[in-house]
Amino acid sequence: MELTRRDAVAALAAVGAAGGVAVGVRHAGGGGQDAAGGEADGDGGRHDDADGGADEETVRSTMVAVAAVVYPDAVSNVEAFVDRFLDGRLDGSAHAAGLREAVADLEAASRSWYDAPVAELSAADREELLRGTGADTAEEDPDGTTAERVRYYVVNDLLLALYASPTGGELVGIENPQGHPGGAESYRRGPK
Amino acid sequence: MSGGDTETRDIDRSPVANADVCVVGAGPAGALVADRLAADRDVVVLDAGPRFDPADRLARQERAIRPSYDRPDVWDVGGDRDAHASSGERFYPLNHARVKGVGGSTLHWQGMVMRLHEDDFNSGTARGVGPDWPIDYADLRPYYAEAERELGVAGASDNPYAPPREEPHPMPAFEPSYSDSLFAEACESLGIDMHSVPNARNSEPYDGRSPCVGYGTCQPVCPSGAKYDATVHVDRAESNGATVIDRAPVQRLEHDADRVTAAVYATPDGEEHRQAADAFVVACGGVETPRLLLLSDSEHYPDGLANSSGTVGRFFMDHLFAGVGGVLDEPTRQNHVGFYTSACDQFYDGADEDIAPFKLEFFNYAGPSPVESALSGDDWGDALLDRLREEYGNHVAVGGLVEQRPSADSYVGLDPERTDDHGNPVPDVHWSVDDRALRTIERANGIQRSILEELGAEIEWVTGPDATGPAYHHMGTTRMSDDPDRGVVDAGCLTHDLDNCWIASSSVFPTSGAMNPTLTIAALALRVADHVESRV
Repeated sequence: MELTRRDAVAALAAVGAAGGVAVGVRHAGGGGQDAAGGEADGDGGRHDDADGGADEETVRSTMVAVAAVVYPDAVSNVEAFVDRFLDGRLDGSAHAAGLREAVADLEAASRSWYDAPVAELSAADREELLRGTGADTAEEDPDGTTAERVRYYVVNDLLLALYASPTGGELVGIENPQGHPGGAESYRRGPK
Repeated sequence: MSGGDTETRDIDRSPVANADVCVVGAGPAGALVADRLAADRDVVVLDAGPRFDPADRLARQERAIRPSYDRPDVWDVGGDRDAHASSGERFYPLNHARVKGVGGSTLHWQGMVMRLHEDDFNSGTARGVGPDWPIDYADLRPYYAEAERELGVAGASDNPYAPPREEPHPMPAFEPSYSDSLFAEACESLGIDMHSVPNARNSEPYDGRSPCVGYGTCQPVCPSGAKYDATVHVDRAESNGATVIDRAPVQRLEHDADRVTAAVYATPDGEEHRQAADAFVVACGGVETPRLLLLSDSEHYPDGLANSSGTVGRFFMDHLFAGVGGVLDEPTRQNHVGFYTSACDQFYDGADEDIAPFKLEFFNYAGPSPVESALSGDDWGDALLDRLREEYGNHVAVGGLVEQRPSADSYVGLDPERTDDHGNPVPDVHWSVDDRALRTIERANGIQRSILEELGAEIEWVTGPDATGPAYHHMGTTRMSDDPDRGVVDAGCLTHDLDNCWIASSSVFPTSGAMNPTLTIAALALRVADHVESRV
């Protein structure tokens, strides 16, 4: 099933993030909370900002790479969906800062263990990396260990976005999942 | 989230000069009283908690869904401000059961709004249990209708067991769910009647608020505003001239022998202020209301203000949950919405000395919510999707609420061993449950089980007498009585001891019935407002 723009907007609605403002910031070339900009990732270039969080392009490429592991094969158009979701999520909030820090930690582990950024790892290595950090068995905690923060900001942000969206819900059999304002009619309908 | 904004902003929290009425508590009771009086009286409302930013509701919804947040986290409950004790035979999770702030516990309630039945007001006479109320259903009937209009209630007149009503509900009822249609067949063959249930939730646009859009997180937060909460009446009271002061916990009520003279409240800057007024309405719910009276002891009232009867804090009651759940071999379409649409009051009025009144609720949210499940577990990718598909889709459950009889050994007191962030002893909810309630839970379980068996469900869980818990309805702790030796307030909710202090709260309920209490709280609050208006 294809993830659509509507799914990304629904996912943002479920978490109360405001996409429009962040889109404007990004397309203006970065700045503000994401001051490292989009050109930082090069040979030996910076991958994090002054606060220790990953720059925006690294966050985006890493999240798309992780989504390929944690999303089921049944969904398509993942990169555009994740990108759109991050347009809202990277909104200069405390959550955005936590996300950038968690990605920076994951990125550091990737470079340490595989000598490559997350986005350049094979699918098998990405999965091994995530499990190696402990993010698979950790309980999410925004203030916890690296494993708990990667689980919270990276893995579970992606899973929340997917399964609070109409397409993600439909994969499971519920077209109006919790968090999605899908109207007060679907509960009355029987199964298809 | 901007929840802390009102703490740091330069807000004037000084007392209002020449106030006519001081309302303590900005939950539904206090909000309705303030709204009713604001146009013609100088009204000031003091609330212990913050004024929450409506723009944060979606972020609070995320907290409701994510596993790292517990229920109290959604509305910032907890910490020293909300420290409490639970010394009774059953633990009472007080901070799961309340919200402090403008709007009060309606911010996290489910929004079910039934009227009490006629016999609930005459429990002693009709059922041989507890005292009769000093008022009858007929006394409250017009206020119930008014409360339904104020809150905005979606309902229908198809319930043959409901007490008499004079007009339709303000909005049409929500239509039955798909799973209701499955239950209906089983109930029909068992001779069990199903009917609609009144919701304080918009089934169509009402009072400038949205209809329900199906976020599915009603309890603990409705981002759309379709579910009524008391900010509706706080906002209206303010637009009519009332002053609302948030983060202003009242420390004690100053008084002489016959009158309350001032509410002493703290502010975030560490100062204390005195709010004087001609009349006071205490509307702090079933726990903080008796606590405030007990904290206001004096030479005149050594056992606590308005406590000549010795009943302040006594007779704490909650409704007990009974439920049975299971799975079918077909889809049941759960968790699209967070409220239920069908109920059964058929067994309610069969109550007597041995069996309490109880009602049944047919859930629309049985079993796991897929998005919540997705965030826990050791799997992802195709394995996670397989698990979610396996878990979701064929659950059913029937819940119910049971009356607890009033008992002196179930009470709210002060814990002398622990103090809150202002140095006041914290509330101790000493909760115990009577045998009649436990028997009734078993009876409800038997009916619930028969319905699920008729449906062909495989039963997976039973919440019976051993596992039961509270419905977070705090009642009984400043009860209403015509006899000053047996209760704290009279039939008009004016304290027996004081000439200018009313209590608007479920704390005045002499018995609890088994219906969710908020509509009765609202009706009583509107009635209190009329009494105050006639006296001030």
